[in-house]
Amino acid sequence: MKGESGSMKSTQAATFTPLTSSGGGAWAPWDHLDRLESEAIHILREVVAQCVRPVLLFSGGKDSMVLLHLARKAFHPQRIPFPLMHVDTGHNFPEVITFRDQVVKSLGVNLIVRSVEESIRQGRARVRFESDSRNALQAVTLVDAIHEFGFDACLGGARRDEEKARAKERIFSFRDEFGGWDPKNQRPELWDLYNAHVHPGENMRVFPISNWTEADVWEYIARERLDLPSLYFAHRREVVARGDQWIPVTPLTQPKVGEHVEERWVRFRTVGDMTCTCPVPSEARTLEDILRETVTSTLTERGATRTDDQTSEASMELRKKQGYF
Amino acid sequence: MENKLKNCQELLRFITCGSVDDGKSTLIGRLLLDSRSVLADQWAAIEATSTRRGQSQVDLSLLTDGLQAEREQGITIDVAYRYFSTPARRFIIADTPGHAQYTRNMVTGASTADLAILLLDARKGVVEQTRRHAQIVRLLGIRKVVIAVNKMDLVAYGQEAFERVKQEFLNFAEPLDFRDIVFIPLSALNGDGVVLHGGHMPWYTGPTLLELLETVVLDEEILNSSFRFPIQLVTRLSEENGEERRGAQGRVESGTVAVGDEVLLLPSGRTSRVSAIETYAGRISQARAGQSITLVLADQIDMSRGDMIASVAHPPRTDKNFEALVCWFSHTPYDPERRLLVQQTTRCIQGKIDTVSARLDIQTSQLVPSPAQVAMNDLVHMGFKVQQPLAFDRYEDNRTTGSFILIDALTHDTVAAGMIV
Repeated sequence: MKGESGSMKSTQAATFTPLTSSGGGAWAPWDHLDRLESEAIHILREVVAQCVRPVLLFSGGKDSMVLLHLARKAFHPQRIPFPLMHVDTGHNFPEVITFRDQVVKSLGVNLIVRSVEESIRQGRARVRFESDSRNALQAVTLVDAIHEFGFDACLGGARRDEEKARAKERIFSFRDEFGGWDPKNQRPELWDLYNAHVHPGENMRVFPISNWTEADVWEYIARERLDLPSLYFAHRREVVARGDQWIPVTPLTQPKVGEHVEERWVRFRTVGDMTCTCPVPSEARTLEDILRETVTSTLTERGATRTDDQTSEASMELRKKQGYF
Repeated sequence: MENKLKNCQELLRFITCGSVDDGKSTLIGRLLLDSRSVLADQWAAIEATSTRRGQSQVDLSLLTDGLQAEREQGITIDVAYRYFSTPARRFIIADTPGHAQYTRNMVTGASTADLAILLLDARKGVVEQTRRHAQIVRLLGIRKVVIAVNKMDLVAYGQEAFERVKQEFLNFAEPLDFRDIVFIPLSALNGDGVVLHGGHMPWYTGPTLLELLETVVLDEEILNSSFRFPIQLVTRLSEENGEERRGAQGRVESGTVAVGDEVLLLPSGRTSRVSAIETYAGRISQARAGQSITLVLADQIDMSRGDMIASVAHPPRTDKNFEALVCWFSHTPYDPERRLLVQQTTRCIQGKIDTVSARLDIQTSQLVPSPAQVAMNDLVHMGFKVQQPLAFDRYEDNRTTGSFILIDALTHDTVAAGMIV
């Protein structure tokens, strides 16, 4: 029956039978979240099987919450067989740190915290002003911590749909001993075969939810009923309008002369460094509201909320080349 | 609330093959635009770049060219993955560059694709590049192929031109023995036949490209194949009736498995029965291809990572020797002195290449016997010998158990990928 034209409907059915749910018969529908979840579990298990000393980078943000949940599923009934690590910029929203500590306590997992503040004190990382974004500086602290603990794999919750450089990155992304990414010389990655071999000092960055989109993450959070920091849900907050964005008023981001402080309903789509993460106007108070908002949004997650990615089209790529995850 | 949120969309992964001239970027751009997957800030960014470069139209390839070097040189270097969705389905597009290193990149992008779209220019029909692309798609075992006959606007949307190209492709593709081919006439530039029918081709009553992508049946073959379960990890489970239990963690790569099934453990060749299937959500009575599970066997037989649990009735081959078609990736040509590791399913062992019997000329589909050298982008038939027996199938029958990568034991680079014949 090969080679028939799509212009003939009857033949069409014989070659590419239209059907909306796969499997059929006794099988429960297998949807995109099932497929993505299973892929992530497969990747997490490969990391534990192939690497000696993995660590999961955990910030308390939504993507790392999903990753943590997937790790619980992957190794059940055993405990998660690796520690968590948070590279704390010292610029986090307090709600997120409180949430992070609650999660760690309730799961009984080991959390390592390494702070950018400490790297600055030691002179390893340098800033011009206290209010500079510390996002890029995280790379210094991260690479130092990798060497301190001898980690050979860092699991992260980055997704390819977030940013153009990330869309080109492998799921198992090789980093040299400086933590650097060489985008032009990546290991080919085929089928589901992952080459995690490294020499001492080198490491892999592994992204099990590479193929998830922002909408997938929210749907999964709703399906699995995962807890999140309150910042993700609509709340009243003091903000100032600056350019296209709403800047939250915090100890580090004060209104400039002439700017007008107003209290508005907002929520955060990403949670990161206070100096470069902005909320969006929103009244979404439940996961269902957020889902609806996510699928109808006209801006990307980073475009709407991150001021650091906007400075240059290549800023993410540059940071990754310097060791950023 | 849970039910309302779970709308049960399937995920389809596909690859697009064609050069810039065929309108590949325009086609992807059209799919993304018309499915409302390009957001305002992304559009503003590529609009600004296009204007800065003095282009009169927004360059849609900028949506996928993510690296600085790509933007500077205006070329695509590496496979990019794009994500979009419609109410019916989620899609992942592997967008591969058409020129330099095309074999290596296309093989990579095709390895995880369920379906391939081959772009043809309605004016030119089958060209050299079509032959290469079709050949690689076929070798990588993609069963579903859509021939998008593009630029119909330049042939006055004529049915004759479409039929001519279609016949030409069928004649050429005959020996390739594709199972499913669907032809769709379209104009990526104007949008006809991509998401909407448009009014120019009343003679075409088949689906638009997107309609087809939304309704293609997925993974029925992988469900109907023989059961294969490569073990990733072995874990200790809670005791039952005073007996210690161990579970094999992994993903069902093909077929299905149910509690009570008799299974084979390879390479040891011992048989046992499935006594339980465990998941985080609790015990289940059966599992299907794609599911990550923990499998418990009735007998306490020795098992470890790299072993495979498989169907007793239809077992895979277990052997230290096999033949494969290999795509060489490394910039360094094959050197028999270098030590190699073979990574197949969850097993990674030492191996060596015994024979290099022929090189496949991708332009002519001819086999060239005893090639003098194996260099980057070459496709070669090789004979392998590995340290311990591997459980495998022909790639043609099973993409997961029939595929492997070659790793340089010293540099740790992935130097090649192979498909067992």
